[in-house]
Amino acid sequence: METVVKLDLALFEGLCRLGDSTLVLGHRVSEWCGHAPVLEEDIALANVALDLIGQTQLWLGLAGEVEGRGRDADALAFRRDVWEFRNLLLVERPNGDFGQTLMRQFLFDAWHQPMLKALEGSNDARIAEIAAKAGREVAYHLERSADLVIRLGDGSEESHKRMQTALDTLWPYTGEMMASDATDCALAEAGVMPAPDSIRPQWEALVGEVLGEATLKAPESAYMHKGGKQGTHSEHLGHMLATMQWLQRAYPDAKW
Amino acid sequence: MYAQMVKSEATTEDPEKLAAFQARIDAGEKIEPKEWMPEGYRKTLIRQIGQHAHSEIVGQLPEGNWITRAPTLERKAILLAKVQDEAGHGLYLYCAAETLGVSRDELTEALLSGKMKYSSIFNYPTLNWADIGAVGWLVDGAAIMNQVPLQRTSFGPYSRAMIRICKEESFHQRQGYDIMMKMAQGSPEQKAMAQDALNRFWYPSLMMFGPSDKDSVHSAQSMAWKIKINTNDELRQKFVDQTVPQAEYLGLTIPDPELSWNEEKGGYDFSEPDWSEFFEVIKGNGPCNAERMEARQKAWDEGAWFREGLMAHAAKRAARKIAAE
Repeated sequence: METVVKLDLALFEGLCRLGDSTLVLGHRVSEWCGHAPVLEEDIALANVALDLIGQTQLWLGLAGEVEGRGRDADALAFRRDVWEFRNLLLVERPNGDFGQTLMRQFLFDAWHQPMLKALEGSNDARIAEIAAKAGREVAYHLERSADLVIRLGDGSEESHKRMQTALDTLWPYTGEMMASDATDCALAEAGVMPAPDSIRPQWEALVGEVLGEATLKAPESAYMHKGGKQGTHSEHLGHMLATMQWLQRAYPDAKW
Repeated sequence: MYAQMVKSEATTEDPEKLAAFQARIDAGEKIEPKEWMPEGYRKTLIRQIGQHAHSEIVGQLPEGNWITRAPTLERKAILLAKVQDEAGHGLYLYCAAETLGVSRDELTEALLSGKMKYSSIFNYPTLNWADIGAVGWLVDGAAIMNQVPLQRTSFGPYSRAMIRICKEESFHQRQGYDIMMKMAQGSPEQKAMAQDALNRFWYPSLMMFGPSDKDSVHSAQSMAWKIKINTNDELRQKFVDQTVPQAEYLGLTIPDPELSWNEEKGGYDFSEPDWSEFFEVIKGNGPCNAERMEARQKAWDEGAWFREGLMAHAAKRAARKIAAE
């Protein structure tokens, strides 16, 4: 019995990791609304944010169901505090300039797409189904972000410089996507979610190819930040939650 | 209805050509971009479509102000979808304007330099969550009132853009009203937010139709050309008649003590908005004019490297293609 309970706990954690990452990135992307450098990007960013928020509803909805304590996706999104969030550190990085926003998106999409592909093979049908739906959306996200990284990396001198700076800044936050802990191991052993490091070859191949075409160079330093998946975040997340959760916290009994 | 106070241009062309042009319009034909049209018609349309497009773009800002604070995931998704639609409307409208010989960049520069305007309504702030409901219900409601007849406007690309836009706007209005319902049926604080939103947005919404146009020659020319279909007063009356029962259903009070049903005219009598406030807002003295323009200017300036980078890449790619051939 004990292993079953543990697996349920791990499953809840794993689903929060997926749903919190899409929630936090969706929120960040939505901060651009009305402020993008061209109208087409306003439209694209809103679209990406919309997909990510939709995926959040599914992942956190399932997390609430698995947890079985009556919390739905909104309760998880709007009523947990910073240390209960399980998103990757990469996605809570502030938007920075448009180059940083794009680079963050690309580094995430390059992981997100193969991750969802692998999740389609989950032995939990609910997970496989969400992954298949999300995967169709994320294929477009990756196509767009990779294309723009290439065009701006191999663009003007200034766009190249900005994209290289973005890459240097964000690179140390990429390792966490492929690093395993006990939760990941339990989920991988049970065939529910892929082992994070199983995504690495695809991520590296894709990132290598795109950066090459973009004439950008990944930093040499191997140091990688971690902690987001376990609930140890940067200072930025608290400010985001203060904004995002404010109405729910200020009027806890209200229906919206 | 994001085009207010658009003055039509005088036209000095050959009277025979003008008469033939007018006959086509009177016969209900659509004018297409490559066909002959009076310069006044072209210029008036550029101004009107451009102003409408700018309004869609600036209109993202007051609503975008609440995307990061939307109270549920579903509300956030709906609002994102709505604001994305607005950006899409801006895109169709800029494209429609481009068929008249003006580029999107030229129109953007005219907006940023203050030569072109956008609807005065977007210079009002969104201060509580019910404002997002009120914007959908009242502002999009007023927009639809104006845009439904514009589906029949004489210029083909504008008319077709309006048909598409109207479909989406009616969804926007419904989602706005849905937020108002939730708020009006909610806790005492939520009801107070709903009433507060209505109080602040009522008169600015009435202003969206522009001042009374009974004395305007410009309006008469635009109506003859079917660039404008109804008078401002007709549309405003229609809007009030539609909206008052909706407010009653919500249990909210329209902030107009003079509001009363007039049996004889079959419509409501209501107070005029404060037109001096309207002209101040148009002049740039509304509560948010400075912020709205600052935000657009910042997006344009800070996006310059992005746009230039893409152009540089396109040039490199073209050069490589030529070299390979």
